[in-house]
Amino acid sequence: MARQRIIEICVGIFMILGILALVFLAFKVSGLTTYSYANSYKITADFQNIGDLKVRAPVTMAGVKVGQITDIQLDPETYAAIVTMRIDRQDLIPIDSTANIYTAGLIGSNYVSITPGFSNQFLKSGDVLQRTNQAMILQDVIGQLLYSLKGGDSDNDTSQQQAANGSAN
Amino acid sequence: MEVVAKLGRFGILVCERIGISGIILFRSLIRKPDFKHGFPALIEQIYAEGFLSLVIIIVSGMFIGMVVGLQGYNTLNKFGADQALGQLLALSVVRELGPVVTALLFAGRAGSALTAEIGLMKATEQLSGMEMIAVDPLHRVIAPRLWGGFISMPILAMIFSMVAIYGGYFVAVQWLGLDAGSFWSNMQAAVDFDIDTLNGIIKSIVFGFVITWIAVFQGYECVPTSEGIGRATTKTVVYSSLAILGLDFVLTTMMLGGW
Repeated sequence: MARQRIIEICVGIFMILGILALVFLAFKVSGLTTYSYANSYKITADFQNIGDLKVRAPVTMAGVKVGQITDIQLDPETYAAIVTMRIDRQDLIPIDSTANIYTAGLIGSNYVSITPGFSNQFLKSGDVLQRTNQAMILQDVIGQLLYSLKGGDSDNDTSQQQAANGSAN
Repeated sequence: MEVVAKLGRFGILVCERIGISGIILFRSLIRKPDFKHGFPALIEQIYAEGFLSLVIIIVSGMFIGMVVGLQGYNTLNKFGADQALGQLLALSVVRELGPVVTALLFAGRAGSALTAEIGLMKATEQLSGMEMIAVDPLHRVIAPRLWGGFISMPILAMIFSMVAIYGGYFVAVQWLGLDAGSFWSNMQAAVDFDIDTLNGIIKSIVFGFVITWIAVFQGYECVPTSEGIGRATTKTVVYSSLAILGLDFVLTTMMLGGW
């Protein structure tokens, strides 16, 4: 009987360790919070280009995470990307706010940053965020930069040519 | 012609073995539950398969976590990205190393013991003795061992992951001086419970099922001699290890590809 009891105690310890490990993995490692989604609601925003934005990317205001992206669809009519995001706090986002897509660091992942507006009215569940800025695509920026540099060079060339012509004349 | 016949005989044999193992599994698990007698036997098996494996799991988890921490730190440091160590450690341990290494150790520690125990029972005719007194050995001997393995393995894998992450934490934060806050917060930002942690646990459940099934079948169907028991034990470890590594690839493909 005593042996049976020792075995039972050992298995109890084993089970407790297992539960501890699960709790540790859930909260300390996965960062799963006990936050209930009762207060959260979904809003959408249409972007011309979302760049590399992924589902589950964070939505931030002033750098603080206030929600996350839950769905990304393509609107077949306007060819805009419809981004659905879950916001975890009521009465947070004024209706004239702007949504931007930024990149974390130089080559990091994309996230949505909301710049608050000045209205006293707030976005409700299912509302659409009207003002959006599309993602900055690094390739496009480099392309524009090269184009403008090239344009500047050609200007120089013509001025040099004119100077040369002038000296020739 | 002889070669073809041999191949055919081999194929039939393989199918037969798989069929027998399936029947054993089915007849052990699918029955009316008998909590009064089954529960103490199950506790005993969780003790033998789970609790007694704790030491090897904790020690190897500690060292694997420490090694991943050290290696990751040295490599990431070259790119100035040592802040990402927490994320590297947690993702590799929770997704892959935890379930797979635990399963390999479990196959060596508990699986081989299961096979040897059941094989010896068969060799000393305890199993046929039970049948003589109208006790079903599948019910009495096999079923608690199967359930014990199914329950123990995921718990062991979770404990392994926890210990490995703490091992890496000790090396990275206490020894190498990485910032503890960025270590944990980068980890929490990168690891998703549904996708990473839960998938690791699902893997460990599948591995536990396969290892225990193979171990029990090899013991139950072994040649009842001392040589046969030895061969069955070897087969358990070899087949389980191959099954774990193969299944790990398949499961990872499914989880990443989202089948």
